Amino acid sequence: MSPSTESILPFPRLRGNIGRTADVCSGSCPKGEPQGCGEYKVPQADGGDSRGSPLPPFGHLPPLRRGRNSLLGVGTFAVGILFALAALALSSSAFAIDPLPFKDRAEEVRFQNLTKQLRCLVCQNQDLADSDADLAKDLRKQVYEMMQSGKSDDEIKDYLVARYNDFVLYDPPLKPGTWILWFSPFAFVLIGVFVVVRILRSRARQAGGVRPADTESGDDW
Amino acid sequence: MINRLLPLAIFLALVGLLGFGIYWNTHHEMTEVPSPLIGKPAPSFTLPLLYEPEKTLSAKDLLGKPYLLNVFGSWCPTCQYEHPILTGQIKPLGIKLIGLDWKDEPDDAKRWIAQFGNPYDAVITDRDGRSGIDFGVYMAPETFLIDAEGVVRYKRIGMFTPENIRDELLPKIAELTGQPQKKTAK
Repeated sequence: MSPSTESILPFPRLRGNIGRTADVCSGSCPKGEPQGCGEYKVPQADGGDSRGSPLPPFGHLPPLRRGRNSLLGVGTFAVGILFALAALALSSSAFAIDPLPFKDRAEEVRFQNLTKQLRCLVCQNQDLADSDADLAKDLRKQVYEMMQSGKSDDEIKDYLVARYNDFVLYDPPLKPGTWILWFSPFAFVLIGVFVVVRILRSRARQAGGVRPADTESGDDW
Repeated sequence: MINRLLPLAIFLALVGLLGFGIYWNTHHEMTEVPSPLIGKPAPSFTLPLLYEPEKTLSAKDLLGKPYLLNVFGSWCPTCQYEHPILTGQIKPLGIKLIGLDWKDEPDDAKRWIAQFGNPYDAVITDRDGRSGIDFGVYMAPETFLIDAEGVVRYKRIGMFTPENIRDELLPKIAELTGQPQKKTAK
């Protein structure tokens, strides 16, 4: 297997990871280091892969003008945002597709579904299907090969969880450690209902007659 | 009166929560994924040696004594920052230090080591990153402390610093090697 590291680099040392497609947002960006670990590739001078920078630079948009033409400005801004979103949507689908030899459409759909449920460890807000990080490519290959050897989706997930923790799953499993995560929203809804009911009741009581002479308790929240 | 103070109390509680969140985030690395391997046997591997590619080193060969497995790559800038610490602070500890050259070209790795020096007792190569995946590596440098029975005891994600060597690594090594070192570690 050939690793994806490009070897034709002008300065092999101390070059950092900026601009190297293979390494942007891949293993070479631990915490606290100044090298950019962005999800977007920095365009590079040495003629590398230019698929990166999916966001059009906002600097090209006319500045947002206030006052007389503010409506126009808002319109331009909205168009800009739409443009950016469209570019983002396009890029994410066109981005990280390795040419994997799927047997048929169904297998490809299964692969896409599965990798969408798995988190990329490097760009931690991206799923495995989307990420262009080097490790994500390796993991996609691993997922593909396990699919070929007849492993079920659950077996593949277990394989990854055993190595990278539940963190790789976008959908966290229901277990004692995640009860707060799963049930606290319901608890908050219940608290909200309780508060609303109490407020309504006290208002009904006030409207019903015995209005307190002292309106000090008139907090209207 | 209590009704009047309640909003203030709720506000203060939210401020407290925010403060706690800020404190927590500044004291924890949020991108760090705790390894599920800790307390479990290290994954088996059999990998070629960097300097003698025809020979291999396996996890079994390393049983019997605790060792550190340092995942690095010549492409990894932080590994360069960590390198003098490996040489100056880890090597003197006397614990076996194995380098795992991760997703790297052996020639690049050899040049890198020739340039910066070799703190490793042995360097093994994982060109396609399979063993890295087995170890749950996602961010070089990473270092595993593996005991004599082959159980992972500790994992460091990111570089070693004098602080985390003192606060994390030394106590863990002391646990493995028994009492006498425990005193010196403190």
